[in-house]
Amino acid sequence: MDSAVRTHGRAQSVAILPHMRPAPLTAVGRSVPRREGADKVTGRARYTDDVPAPGAWYGKTIRSTVPRGRIRSITLDPAFDWQRVVVVTADDIPGDNVVHLIRDDQPVLAPRGGEIRHKEEPIVLLAAADRSTLEEAASHVRIEYDGAEPVYELAQATEVFSTVAIVKGEVVEDVKDLKDVEVVERTFKVGLQEQLYIEPQGAIAFPEANGSIKIIGSLQCPYYVHRALKRALKLTDQQAVVIQAETGGGFGGKEEYPSIVAVHAALLARKAGRPVRLIYDRHEDLAATTKRHPGVIKHRTAVKKDGTLLSQDIEIVLDGGAYCTLTPVVLSRAAIHAAGAYSCPNVRIRARAVATNTPPNGAFRGFGAPQSLFAAELMVEHVAERLGISSVDLRRKWMLRLGDTTATGQVLTESVGSELVLDAALKAVGTVGRPDGRTVKRGRGLSLVFHGSGFTGSGEKKLQGTIAMEALADGTFRILTASTEIGQGTKTIFCQLAADALGVGMDKVVLAPQDTSLVPDSGPTVASRTAMIVGRLVQEAASEIKERLKRQKLPLRVAKSYMQPDSIHWDETTYRGDAYPVYAWACTIADVDVDMTTGEVRVTDLVTAVDCGKALHPVMAEGQIEGGSLQAVGWATIEEIKMKDGGYQNDRLATYLIPTALDAPRIRTILVENPYSRGPFGAKGIGELPMDGPAPAIIAAIHDATGVWLDEIPATPEKVLAACASR
Amino acid sequence: MRFTLNGQAVSFEGSGARRLLDVLREELGATGTKEGCGEGECGACSVLIDGEVVDSCLVAVGQVEGREVTTVEGLADGGRLTALQQAFIQHGAAQCGICTPGMLLAAHVLLQQAGRLTADDVREGLAGNLCRCTGYTKIIDAVLSCTK
Repeated sequence: MDSAVRTHGRAQSVAILPHMRPAPLTAVGRSVPRREGADKVTGRARYTDDVPAPGAWYGKTIRSTVPRGRIRSITLDPAFDWQRVVVVTADDIPGDNVVHLIRDDQPVLAPRGGEIRHKEEPIVLLAAADRSTLEEAASHVRIEYDGAEPVYELAQATEVFSTVAIVKGEVVEDVKDLKDVEVVERTFKVGLQEQLYIEPQGAIAFPEANGSIKIIGSLQCPYYVHRALKRALKLTDQQAVVIQAETGGGFGGKEEYPSIVAVHAALLARKAGRPVRLIYDRHEDLAATTKRHPGVIKHRTAVKKDGTLLSQDIEIVLDGGAYCTLTPVVLSRAAIHAAGAYSCPNVRIRARAVATNTPPNGAFRGFGAPQSLFAAELMVEHVAERLGISSVDLRRKWMLRLGDTTATGQVLTESVGSELVLDAALKAVGTVGRPDGRTVKRGRGLSLVFHGSGFTGSGEKKLQGTIAMEALADGTFRILTASTEIGQGTKTIFCQLAADALGVGMDKVVLAPQDTSLVPDSGPTVASRTAMIVGRLVQEAASEIKERLKRQKLPLRVAKSYMQPDSIHWDETTYRGDAYPVYAWACTIADVDVDMTTGEVRVTDLVTAVDCGKALHPVMAEGQIEGGSLQAVGWATIEEIKMKDGGYQNDRLATYLIPTALDAPRIRTILVENPYSRGPFGAKGIGELPMDGPAPAIIAAIHDATGVWLDEIPATPEKVLAACASR
Repeated sequence: MRFTLNGQAVSFEGSGARRLLDVLREELGATGTKEGCGEGECGACSVLIDGEVVDSCLVAVGQVEGREVTTVEGLADGGRLTALQQAFIQHGAAQCGICTPGMLLAAHVLLQQAGRLTADDVREGLAGNLCRCTGYTKIIDAVLSCTK
C-alpha cells in the first residue's frame, strides 16, 4: 500500500507498513499550545532560583586552583569568625565520597591529602545567611597543594577510560596489489563546546524531618540525582527526594552535573539544619561544568575508481578530561556513528577515550556522534574530490538503504530515510546566491547523517524505564514519568499521546510533577529517547487503560515498563548487532559567506530535511531541529574554548560567544514522516540529530567558497585565514 | 526609595547600590526576570526602564528612583495575554522559556516603533537577548506576526 510520507507542505508517496496507517488523531500531529506556555510568557514559571525557601542560606563552592597535585592543607583563617558560616569538607560526607555514575572515580569533594586531577575541582563548601558573609568567608579559606605535572595532550595521556572496537569484514591494509583503488587518508580535530543553557546550574536542598533531604533543582534526570544523593548522604530511597523545577535548558549539560550540585547543596543543608540555595553564576558554570568532548578522528578510506566503497579504517581519540563521567557511553555512540550513514563491506573502528588534567567532559546533545560524523561526512567530500565526482552522487552510491547493514552488522529493516531527506533538502534549495560584499566569497555544502534514537545497545533493556498512568475518579487521566521538560516539549507531547491513545480530549490529561517520591523511574531525559521510548510507554499505558475501563471501574492505575523486542539483538562484548532500535536521518545544506580579508565565516542559509518518523508536534519538532542546528553552527564557527594551564581561558559569556539573532541564518526545516512501527504513532527521536549535520556542511561550504579544506573546527577567522594563506 | 513597577508604586529600603535584578527578584517577588550571566551579555534579565530595554543586572536600584520599571509580569493586562505573548505560544517561540521574559520585553519595544518591521530589524532588535533553544527562527516569526 502506498501511504503518505509527508514532507512539510508537500507529499511524497512511498510504501510503508500497512499497520502504520494512521487512525484519525485529534492531538498527535497538531501543534497544540505548549502545556506550560502561558506560565513561560508571563513569568509565572518557577525555575530553581525562583522557588521560595524561607530561611535558606546561600551556598558556595571553593575549588582547586591547580590542575594536578595533592591537597597539602586546608586552613580556615582564624581572622574570620567561622561561627557565622557552615563549612563542609570531605570529612562531612556521611556516605561514600563518590559522584555516583559509571565509575567511582570522582569525589564529591577532594579530601585533605587527596588527589587533585583538574582545575576547579570542588574541595570546600560554604553556606551563610547572606552573600557578603559568604564572600568574606571564601576569601579566608586557604588551600595548599603539592603540585604534579599535568597531562593535557591526548598523545601523552596514559589513563584510558574506555575503548571500543568495531570490526566488519576486513579492512584494506595494503593497496599495492590492488588495481584501480584509491586510498584517502585524513585527520580531523573537533573542539570543546559548552552547552550554554541560559539558566545556570542550581539546586536548593531542604533538610526534612526523619533525616530526609529534598532537592529542587535544574536537571534532566531526577533519578540520577536521586541515586547520587542516596550514595553520598547514605539515604534510603524514601529519604532522598528529587524534584525538577522548571528547567532553563539542558542539552546534556544537566545530565551529570546536577548530581554534584545537588549533593553539595544537600551536604550544606544537612549541616546547616536549614535550606541552602546553591546557584551557580555563569562564570562558575562555564569554568567548572562539563563540555562536549574534543577529539581527533583519523580516517583511511579505500575506494575503487568508480566510487565503490571498499573499506573504512577509523581511529577515534576523545579527551574525557579528569574523571570518567559518562565518557564510555559517549565514546560508544561516537564509534557506532563513525562510519557515517553509509554501507561499507569492510569497516574497522578503533576508539578510545583518555584522561587529561582538564575539567571532566560529559554529555552534550549528540553525545559523541557529532564528533565522529563530522569526520565521516568530510571524508565523503575528500574521496569525491580525489575521484573527481560529485559528493552528492557519491552519497547516493554509498548511503544506507532499507535492507543494508551498518558497521555493527545491524540490518536496517524499516524507516530508513536517507534518500528521502537527501531529495527533500536538494529540492528545497535554489541556486547559490551572490555573496554579500566585495571581499566575500559564497559557497554551499551538504551533509547526510543518521542518529540512533534511544540508548545504545542493551541500554534500554538494562534500564527498563517505567511509567505509570492513572484513571482518576474525576474522569481525568494522570501520566507519571520522571522524564523532564527542558524546553523540548515532553509535557505537551506526552499529553498528546495519551489523549489520542485514550480517545479523550487533551484537557482530560494531566502530568504528575517530576518528583521522585511520586513518579517511577522512566529513565534519564537524554539520548533522543523521551518521545520515542518513554512516549511509546505512555501510548501503551493509555491503550491498556482504555481497554480495561471497558470492564473495570475508576480509579485505575497501570504501569508499563520497557520490554526489548525479541528482534533486537546486541552483543556488548563484540559490538555486533542492533546498536539502536532505529535511526533518524537528516540532510543539511548550508550556504556560507567567507570574508577573505577578515576570515569571518557567516552562515547565510541553512536547510535541513529530517526523517522524524512522525512529527508528534510539528512546531516543536521544527523548534528542536532549528535550535540544534544553530548550536551546531556555533560549534562549527565561533564557539571556541581556549585552554590555559588546564583551565578555560574564556570562561565568561563576554568571551565565550554563542550565535545571536544577528549571527543566525534563517533555518528552514523540512519534516519528512517515514513512520517507525515501534515508535509512538510512528515517531522517532530527533533531539540530538540536528547537532550532527551542520558542521560538516559548513566546512564543505567554506571549501566551495574558498577552495581550502579545514580539518578542524571551529572555523575561526584565524584558522580560515591561515588555511587560505598556506594554499 | 520609590519607583513604579508594572504600574504600581513600590518602595524599597536598603542600599541603592544593589542590583535592580536582585531587588526585583528578592525584595519585590518579581521572579519573572532571570539572571543568565550577570554581566550584561545574555539579556535574560532585560526589563524596561521608562520604556527602554535595559539589563537589570547592570543597573543599581538607586538609578530607577522615581522611574517606571516594567517586567514580564507587567505585560499581560489583568491576566489577558498580549498579542505578542500569544504569538510566542502559537509559534513555539518559547522552549525552555528562560530567555522568554527578556525576549518578550525587547520585542515589545520593537513593536512600539513606527514603521513596518522586517526580519532583519527584528534580528537587530533582539541581538542583545540570547536564546539557546530555538535558533531564533520561531521567535522572529512570532514577532513578525504581530506587525500586521
